[in-house]
Amino acid sequence: MLGSGNAAAIAPAHVDAPLPPLKAETRDLHFHYGKFQALKGVEMPVYENKVTALIGPSGCGKSTLLRCFNRMHDLYPGNRYDGQIILHPDNTDLLADDVDPIEVRMRVSMVFQKPNPFPKSIYENVAYGLRVRGMKGKNALDEKVEESLKGAALWDEVKNRLNEVGSNLSGGQQQRLCIARALATDPEIMLFDEPTSALDPIATASIEELVTELKKKVTILIVTHNMQQAARVSDYTAYMYLGELVEFGQTDHLFFKPKKKETEDYITGRFG
Amino acid sequence: MNSSTTLRPPLGARLPPVVSERLAKKFSRNLKERAIEAVLFLAAFVSVVTTAGIVYILVKESVVFFAEVPLWLFLTDTQWTPLFDDAHFGIMVLLSGTITSSLVALCVAIPLGTTIAVYLSEFASPKAREIAKPILELLAGVPTIVYGYFALLFVTPLLQAIYPSLPGFNLLSAGIVMGIMIVPTVASISEDAMRAVPMSLREGSFAMGATRLQTAVNVVVPAAISGIAAAYILGVSRAVGETMILAVAAGMQPNLTFNPTEPAATITAYIVQVALGDLPHGSVGYQTIFAAGLTLMLLTLFFNLIGFWMRKRYREAY
Repeated sequence: MLGSGNAAAIAPAHVDAPLPPLKAETRDLHFHYGKFQALKGVEMPVYENKVTALIGPSGCGKSTLLRCFNRMHDLYPGNRYDGQIILHPDNTDLLADDVDPIEVRMRVSMVFQKPNPFPKSIYENVAYGLRVRGMKGKNALDEKVEESLKGAALWDEVKNRLNEVGSNLSGGQQQRLCIARALATDPEIMLFDEPTSALDPIATASIEELVTELKKKVTILIVTHNMQQAARVSDYTAYMYLGELVEFGQTDHLFFKPKKKETEDYITGRFG
Repeated sequence: MNSSTTLRPPLGARLPPVVSERLAKKFSRNLKERAIEAVLFLAAFVSVVTTAGIVYILVKESVVFFAEVPLWLFLTDTQWTPLFDDAHFGIMVLLSGTITSSLVALCVAIPLGTTIAVYLSEFASPKAREIAKPILELLAGVPTIVYGYFALLFVTPLLQAIYPSLPGFNLLSAGIVMGIMIVPTVASISEDAMRAVPMSLREGSFAMGATRLQTAVNVVVPAAISGIAAAYILGVSRAVGETMILAVAAGMQPNLTFNPTEPAATITAYIVQVALGDLPHGSVGYQTIFAAGLTLMLLTLFFNLIGFWMRKRYREAY
């Protein structure tokens, strides 16, 4: 599965359970912002229906890596990918030139650091991705919107005010609205870019609970600065530093028995 | 230290009013601050006084006018012949020209200006924007008299080629050119509003698999709608107040019509006409320009109020 030389270093530390099926994997992934190299040969598996946390100090490339999965870097000129991200079961390289980034984003959705509801009603926020795909028919949309809001644990709070503007909600509700929006299109992978860094502890707890619930249906990648959060919600953790993947493993192994000194220093708070 | 803690008065009691040297108010600094404040105030005051002065003159002269011509006649009469022996003062005649030419201008400026703004803000590469914006702003710097002759000598013949019965002076050609004149204003302000929409909103849309056009139309424009509306209102105000183009290309005959293919005078064109002419001070004819000016000002004020209301009503918190 991981053919290159440093595969041993990033394979799960103690393989207790049999490995779950792969949803995606990065192969020798390099990334450049203009001349600056932000990712250096990242090899990382993403297991199906598991939560994979990306941790590391600021500027280590964890958000950059996350945004490779839905080709967000294509939006800005001067960015360059090198290497592959293989999506299973298609066995397709998401970064290939003839892959349409818009199609990628339809299967790999994203939740951002700061809640960013559109200046539309709650209903239209959730229906956005469906409308963009040309879905019509009120009944079908209604059904999907309700299902997504329920999936994001927001339905009971907003079911009587679906026509209100999304930005009227509280921060935590807005973030769940963004999750509902991302869920509506039945993505296979969901990317969370520090989804709770703008939220209070109670809203954070509800998002974390939601992430744990969501993994039954989708594969999740989450960037977080909060190591307790990584420990709480993730099944696998990747520790990154200066654009390199230092260590990858099952979360409980990585946190309690890190193989590398750098990882240990970071998670014990001696550094970072 | 010690003594002060022991001498501390009980909770709730106040300390004796002693101000130490360092904490005392400084007279010299105060004076400088006040002088600067006064200068700033005066600068702001000048513009307020000017506005008040204009309003005062307009109202004062209009009162004289309305003493001779009843307001209801001014508003309902269908003729505008202040220089004839049988004088009529129906402002609707001039207002119709202003409204018609402004509508034509907006039909040009709003679609064109918005499209340009969307292109510059959402599609153009930084390089294309760097080149296009100054050129666009150059268009705003062309003197309106040049536009006027452009309308009269270029656009009108062009329109006559398509529509031979079009008279040499007409509101259509003047309105179209006026629209072109307003395009930079509408485009520039709309573009500023769209560029102020945070990137995170666009990214949210792109991450949902939206295309650039879908993102621009469904997310960026709605988020910037208050700024775009303000641009439109400003465009309307400019169209209503525009003088030279209409004076040159639309003819100066007062004509109660909403048909853009006819010649007509607007409020502004009439004021030019009268101001150039040899009307004795104090005559009713002379007073008309103040009544017309007041009407124009109220019209612009009305649009500014709409703009203000729209900005408040649709201001998007993002």
